[in-house]
Amino acid sequence: MTAQTLLQILASGLLMGLIYALIAAGLSLIFGLMDVVNFAHGEFLMLAMYITFGLVLFVAIDPVLLTPVIAASMFVVGATAYLGVVRYAMRVKANVGMVQIFATFGLAIAIRGLAQFFFTPDFRSIPNTWLGGRTVEIGGVFLPLPQLWGAAISVAAFVGLWLLIGRTDFGRALEATREDAGAVALVGIDKNRVFTLGWGLGAGLVGLAGAVMAIFYYIHPDVGGPFALIAYVTVALGGFGSIFGALAAGIIVGLVEALSTTFMPPALKALGIYAVYMAVVLVRPRGLFGNL
Amino acid sequence: MSQPQATGQNPGHDAAFHARRRRQLVLAASIAAVVAVLPFGVRDVYLQNILVLTLMYAALSQSWNILGGYCGQISLGHAIYFGLGAYVATILYTRYGILPWFGMLVGGGMAAALALALGYPFFRLKGHYFSIATIVVAEAALLLVLNWDWAGGALGIQIPAGKDSWASLQFGRDKLPYIWFALGLACVTWYATWLIEDSRWGYWWRAVKDNPEAAESLGVVVFRSKMAAAAISAFFTAIGGSFYAMFVSYIDPDSVMSFHFSLLMALPAVLGGIGTLWGPALGAAVLIPLTELTRSYAGGSGSCIDLIIYGVLIMVIALARPEGLVSLLRRAPARPAATPVPGAAA
Repeated sequence: MTAQTLLQILASGLLMGLIYALIAAGLSLIFGLMDVVNFAHGEFLMLAMYITFGLVLFVAIDPVLLTPVIAASMFVVGATAYLGVVRYAMRVKANVGMVQIFATFGLAIAIRGLAQFFFTPDFRSIPNTWLGGRTVEIGGVFLPLPQLWGAAISVAAFVGLWLLIGRTDFGRALEATREDAGAVALVGIDKNRVFTLGWGLGAGLVGLAGAVMAIFYYIHPDVGGPFALIAYVTVALGGFGSIFGALAAGIIVGLVEALSTTFMPPALKALGIYAVYMAVVLVRPRGLFGNL
Repeated sequence: MSQPQATGQNPGHDAAFHARRRRQLVLAASIAAVVAVLPFGVRDVYLQNILVLTLMYAALSQSWNILGGYCGQISLGHAIYFGLGAYVATILYTRYGILPWFGMLVGGGMAAALALALGYPFFRLKGHYFSIATIVVAEAALLLVLNWDWAGGALGIQIPAGKDSWASLQFGRDKLPYIWFALGLACVTWYATWLIEDSRWGYWWRAVKDNPEAAESLGVVVFRSKMAAAAISAFFTAIGGSFYAMFVSYIDPDSVMSFHFSLLMALPAVLGGIGTLWGPALGAAVLIPLTELTRSYAGGSGSCIDLIIYGVLIMVIALARPEGLVSLLRRAPARPAATPVPGAAA
């Protein structure tokens, strides 16, 4: 293998890894805030892709320009999911963990059913976009434009998240609520409001990822599953609740996947990710940056 | 200074407790007897099929409940044991002519060994980390089997149709033997759970579930407790997998090892009452007929109403009955004032 090929593999891995990190960010944010694993996360991604598809179909504007609209729509979806389902799962007195798993899992199945009902199980793709199918060459390395765009959005989203959590009142409220959801009421923070916004934000982040993925990936009702699994692995690898961990783990997962695709049969490429995850989590049971 | 009395202090072991346990046995035997003769009244093959699946999921969910419910280790990867049981029994029968009765014991033993091998590293993980590790290892196994040509690869393995026989557990049209076998399996797993409820392991597991640190400090060997629960749970799950393979006569990786199966094993226990004796069976008795009936009445012609109903149903039951459906049947607990204080009369 030449250095050129290796560079190419690493570059594609890095781009895809940043997109994985973006998908995982919302999951990690919600978990860190309220200890809930959202089992409908893959369905949120699928929904964002269909929203992109539908919007492009109806308003005929390129998905790149629609990205903020899609993220905003997903913000509403996430906030609604919290207010309509998860809020009640937080209130139960017994088996809280199981109720959260199966409430969000039931939500996932219902969303998948709705998607099949409205969009049929057919595979869709968005034709003739600005970025779709194009590549750019930098120093002999070919980078697909949609993935490059996704990586740029991902970096911007992580910077934004870092600023939001560190520099704004909402971020401070978020941190305070995650520390002690009961005590924040004493300083006038409405826990329910923070959770609602947290779910909106988490879904909005996966909305960004969906807006990008709709450009270069087939859209169908079951598209979320494999990506959700990668997101769970990413979050567990980085450490539940750690935003920086999600970023680092996403990049690791992307690089490992790119390398395994080169050295293993394509059908087995996910095994490389699983193996690295196992190795890390057995040495560090709380992931790379988890402190729970 | 008076020593605390050693006998008669444990409210769990008084006469009323043993009477209640005997009543549970009688009730279970009565239900089993009714179910055993039920197919003579219900001749419809479609309904008999639902009965087989309900009994099978009751058995599987009871097996899952041993690790997930009593010991509190939420496995979302039990499909690996189910698939192992299905594949071992099928391969031993189709390739080597070894009867499934023996094959399922081999599969069960291998699943128990696998559970111990996986438990050794995994039981260091806590909460969601453990659950995600179980998902990942089951998915990895699914990928391997999908690409393993000797084991049939993605195409799977067909069990050739033969003469109806109890020895090879093959019955072309007749559902009755399958109903009885699944009933037997459900009874065995129920009885195992019944024994566990009042055994040392049972008390240890519940202690591990509620507070592992406190349990450890009181002398419970936490790690070995989890390992024992995992092995027993995996053994019965694999037997269920072998039975399923014989029942449907055709297995492929996606139909016996997918993540969906892992959830389907946990779901009846969760809906019926996790960590309870009757929860999984009750959950299966409600959930499986409901699933099958919505599928046939609302799932025709590619519409997905069945998925929507199913998803909403899971959400509603989980939210409305967090303690499971058994909490509907339980009598209201006696008020504290009505409970005699031990030693008060003396």
